[in-house]
Amino acid sequence: MDTQKFVIRQISIFSENRPGRLAAIAHALGEENINILAFSIAEANGFGVVRALVDYPEKAHDKLFSLGYNVAFTDVIAVRMKDQPGGLYEVAKVLGDAGVNIEYSYAYSGKEGAVLILRVDQVDEAIKKIKNSGATLLERSVFH
Amino acid sequence: MFWDKKIETMKPDDLQKLQLKRLKKTLSQVQHVDFYRNLLSDAGVRPSSIKTLDDIQKIPFTKKLDLRAGYPFGFFAVPMKKIVRIHTTSGTTGKPTVVGYTQKDLDTWADLIARNMTMVGVGENDIFQNMVNYGMFTGGLGFHYGAEKIGMTVIPSATGNTKRQIEMIMDFGVTTIHCTPSYAMHLSEIAEEMNASLDSLKTGIFGAEPWSESVRNSLEKRLGLTAYDSYGLSELFGPGVAFECPERDGLHIWHDSFFVEIINPKTGEQLSDGERGELVVTPLVKEAMPLLRYRTGDETVMIEDGCLCRRGQKIARITGRSDDMLVIRGINVFPSQIEHVLLKIPEVGNQFMVYIDRINHLDEMTVEVEINHDYFSGELADLARLQKKVVKELRDALELRTTVKIVEPGSLPRFEGKAKRVIDRRAVI
Repeated sequence: MDTQKFVIRQISIFSENRPGRLAAIAHALGEENINILAFSIAEANGFGVVRALVDYPEKAHDKLFSLGYNVAFTDVIAVRMKDQPGGLYEVAKVLGDAGVNIEYSYAYSGKEGAVLILRVDQVDEAIKKIKNSGATLLERSVFH
Repeated sequence: MFWDKKIETMKPDDLQKLQLKRLKKTLSQVQHVDFYRNLLSDAGVRPSSIKTLDDIQKIPFTKKLDLRAGYPFGFFAVPMKKIVRIHTTSGTTGKPTVVGYTQKDLDTWADLIARNMTMVGVGENDIFQNMVNYGMFTGGLGFHYGAEKIGMTVIPSATGNTKRQIEMIMDFGVTTIHCTPSYAMHLSEIAEEMNASLDSLKTGIFGAEPWSESVRNSLEKRLGLTAYDSYGLSELFGPGVAFECPERDGLHIWHDSFFVEIINPKTGEQLSDGERGELVVTPLVKEAMPLLRYRTGDETVMIEDGCLCRRGQKIARITGRSDDMLVIRGINVFPSQIEHVLLKIPEVGNQFMVYIDRINHLDEMTVEVEINHDYFSGELADLARLQKKVVKELRDALELRTTVKIVEPGSLPRFEGKAKRVIDRRAVI
């Protein structure tokens, strides 16, 4: 199976934990007409990492980099889940049973249902197991 | 009370004769140190050039930076077999400054401490808790041996575990303590929380960092003791160089052992009594590591008026520095040391800012560093690891716990002229 087409590039942005930082990042992306599909903020000891799935990752990266931000791409996968009780359990159980560790995760609920974004320690293994379970993975081509 | 009345109350004429004799001896002692042989010959100073004490001005200064070049033992004027102990103190960059002692030096040093402690009226009937670091820092062993010399009962409690320190003061009936003034303040607060009564205390000796009269008042009230200021630096043995007498109006510096000058730190010119400047000391009795015109970096003034106790001329208590050295919880820190540490960590930039605050009477140092563009992996865990690494490297180099904040690249101020990387927010207390 070609697992590569399911590997999605999340942009991760280093940010100090102080007022206005998220606004500055969001403004920069808005200026470039980049849509943020999902994002989360992870925080530790005075700083954080803003993680986002955007429709134009390359463009977002270049824009933020040119503004002096620390930006990196991180490989994640995105799984459609049922927007109903037990939906998350189905996905999480598949990975747990396979011994795949979820390093972090966040979710969004859009027009076409709920999507779970996962950063896992074994990407290939996770993709295979999820595929076999019958669940749907978002393809990289959704993002430009 | 005097430990050595004859020396301590020497008449000016006799004192100057003794100083000149000892200065000449020191000049011959430094001939064993390459640095000084070159320094003196470059300056055209021969032993015969020094005929009076004023002639000392012909000799160039020795700076802290000069000592770095001699690391580790380059400034020792005796063979290693004669060195019985070494201590270290902060250097300006990666390596500490090493100081060495012969047995005679240790005896001389303990004798100076004995003078100081006798001067403030403590002795064999007193129980002494020495609450400073007993390692490479000179304050621990320095006071320890001086206190034993005058027959005090010494408790080498060192630092840490404030509750136990308080229990020992109570259980052992401690009369005399030695620590930094900020630790004493902390101790008094914990004692209050514990509802502990420290009635046995009578004398407090505080040093290693500058402190004000208002701290003195508050320590005396809170701890029920009389507080005395102690001054010294490792390059001049350690503590014991100058000390307050019961008048507590300036520090008696021991002129038979230290030749004192006050200079304008910019021009190097000698200043008169009453003019504030940098303290420059030529130790007159050091054997293992003699120094000439050592610039202490501490600012003070020679006090014109004599003292009721009949000892020699006093200097004002130290309140500032003529260089950028910081004193954090009694530990000397040079901003250049921080820079040196950061240069060795490629994940962070070379720009930094240091903030110093006093929280619950204890100094806290926060260092801000920028993460380098190339090292950002996108993972929070890597950033947390980097933060820990910087904390550890700083602790190893400075022997000080710091808070490290990682900030965005380009966010710290860039300086075109003289960099002002240190913001000291400690209120003068």
